[in-house]
Amino acid sequence: MKYLKTRFQWIRWAVHIGALLPLVVLIVDALSNHLTFNPIQAATQRTGDTAIILLGLSLACSPISTYLNWKDAVRLRRTLGLYTFIYAAIHLWLFVGADYGYQFNYIVPEFLQKYYLWVGLPAFIILLALAATSFRGAMRWLGKRWKRLHRLIYLGAILAMLHLALVIKGDALRLSGDAWKPLLAGIIIGTLLILRVPRLRRALLSLRHKPVAPAAVQLASPPAESTLVKN
Amino acid sequence: MSTNWKPDKIRSSDITPEAVYLNRRQFMKGAAVFAAGAVLAACAPQIAPQAPTPLPAEVGAMAGQKDELGDPLTVYAAVTGYNNYYEFTQSKEGVAGLAHDFKTRPWTVAVGGLVNKPHTYDIDELIKRFPVQERIYRLRCVEGWSMVIPWRGFPLKQLLAEVEPTNAAKYVRFQTILDPQQMPGQSDPSFPWPYTEGLRMDEAQNDLTLLTTGVYGQDLLPQNGAPIRIVTPWKYGFKSVKAIVKIDLVADQPSTLWPLTAPDEYGFYANVNPNVPHPRWSQSTERRIGDADRRPTLLFNGYADQVASMYAGMDLHANF
Repeated sequence: MKYLKTRFQWIRWAVHIGALLPLVVLIVDALSNHLTFNPIQAATQRTGDTAIILLGLSLACSPISTYLNWKDAVRLRRTLGLYTFIYAAIHLWLFVGADYGYQFNYIVPEFLQKYYLWVGLPAFIILLALAATSFRGAMRWLGKRWKRLHRLIYLGAILAMLHLALVIKGDALRLSGDAWKPLLAGIIIGTLLILRVPRLRRALLSLRHKPVAPAAVQLASPPAESTLVKN
Repeated sequence: MSTNWKPDKIRSSDITPEAVYLNRRQFMKGAAVFAAGAVLAACAPQIAPQAPTPLPAEVGAMAGQKDELGDPLTVYAAVTGYNNYYEFTQSKEGVAGLAHDFKTRPWTVAVGGLVNKPHTYDIDELIKRFPVQERIYRLRCVEGWSMVIPWRGFPLKQLLAEVEPTNAAKYVRFQTILDPQQMPGQSDPSFPWPYTEGLRMDEAQNDLTLLTTGVYGQDLLPQNGAPIRIVTPWKYGFKSVKAIVKIDLVADQPSTLWPLTAPDEYGFYANVNPNVPHPRWSQSTERRIGDADRRPTLLFNGYADQVASMYAGMDLHANF
């Protein structure tokens, strides 16, 4: 933990580089014709996948800080959240602009038909609202309402999971095709959301901080428990 | 103890069957090749241009050809490098590599069921049996992309006439070869292998329905369904079954792979229809591979003149 704290600036740089890398690779692949024979679809899928991964990472910050006691983790949350928004915005632009050429006579009927768009667009609007109010000024202006507004990310995450589950090719029940993507993302992001439930958090933290008599630690406590205490 | 060991105690079932140990060797070889490939892939720069493979002369000769609507052929690299062929892999760009060594000889096609003259054809016999025609067809994938492809083959109706369907025959059922050794995708238990497809009798006898043995002026490549496949250009691509070994004439509508797998999404008819939506992909528009813009999808993929009469009075929304 101490190592992580002293190296926080490095970690911040690593987050920026790691978050921008998929975009750089995408651009290089696009310019060198390595984006399959259906490049717009490939780019749409890649930016969507990246946005989901970054969303998971941004949701991991606060459980990491609470449970693993690495307080600096929350300082990466806004950066990761903004990158999530950036990839989601590129993803949406690829759909509306690159794929459909802003032809709303095509897009509107699609929107009316497709459930994945019914959940995807609200998820994006939430990301947009949170990105727009992610700056210090907005925090001050919104005061107490800021926290309530930013809790919308939990809804946004659930909508994004649904969006992924509805849009992938494959069958979740039969675990075929790309069904592993929404399942894996659902398990990870679901866990990250559940870990925030106040009662569960209190229960898990009280396990960790359970006052133990020093003699008991030395003599009676089984090794499994002492590892738990350390973590 | 070893002193009690008697050679006659070895049952023949204790000995590894030849097929298994040969498989094991193949697996080890495969694993070694894979590992070496992975190392090489990791070292090679991603943006290095792919080794240019010389195009067959027949392909060059087709340059500039168009379909009857005036759209140019989809480039050979895409036709032979972007394939939906789940028997090999669900990755469209991975099919060509995995299918490269697919064995298409010896090969027979058994035509039977409700016919007077069932016959099992050797593939080379079948290919020469009827005069081949070149047909430029649009291929519309249910996933919202499309191509224009020059096929070579003969109308299925010629073969059907030869085996003489009985009056009881109402449908034709096609089966792809079942060979998980060569087709790794067939080990995926999510699908009811072998791939089975079907056509109504009048659809099978429509002049557009092509028993296809060639593409781009040459013999079919494995990734395109070699040695023989069906092409029904007014239906979504998945109806055009590949690597056929069995054709049966039957009385009832056959259960086919995609409607069995996802009945809400795929129907038996699968006629290209911009008015019948799919939950994920646009069916009202499509992207022609190589094009920048989407284009509207045409009813029956633009073949309404030749096929619409077969569906007169039928509810195309209910029978999607």
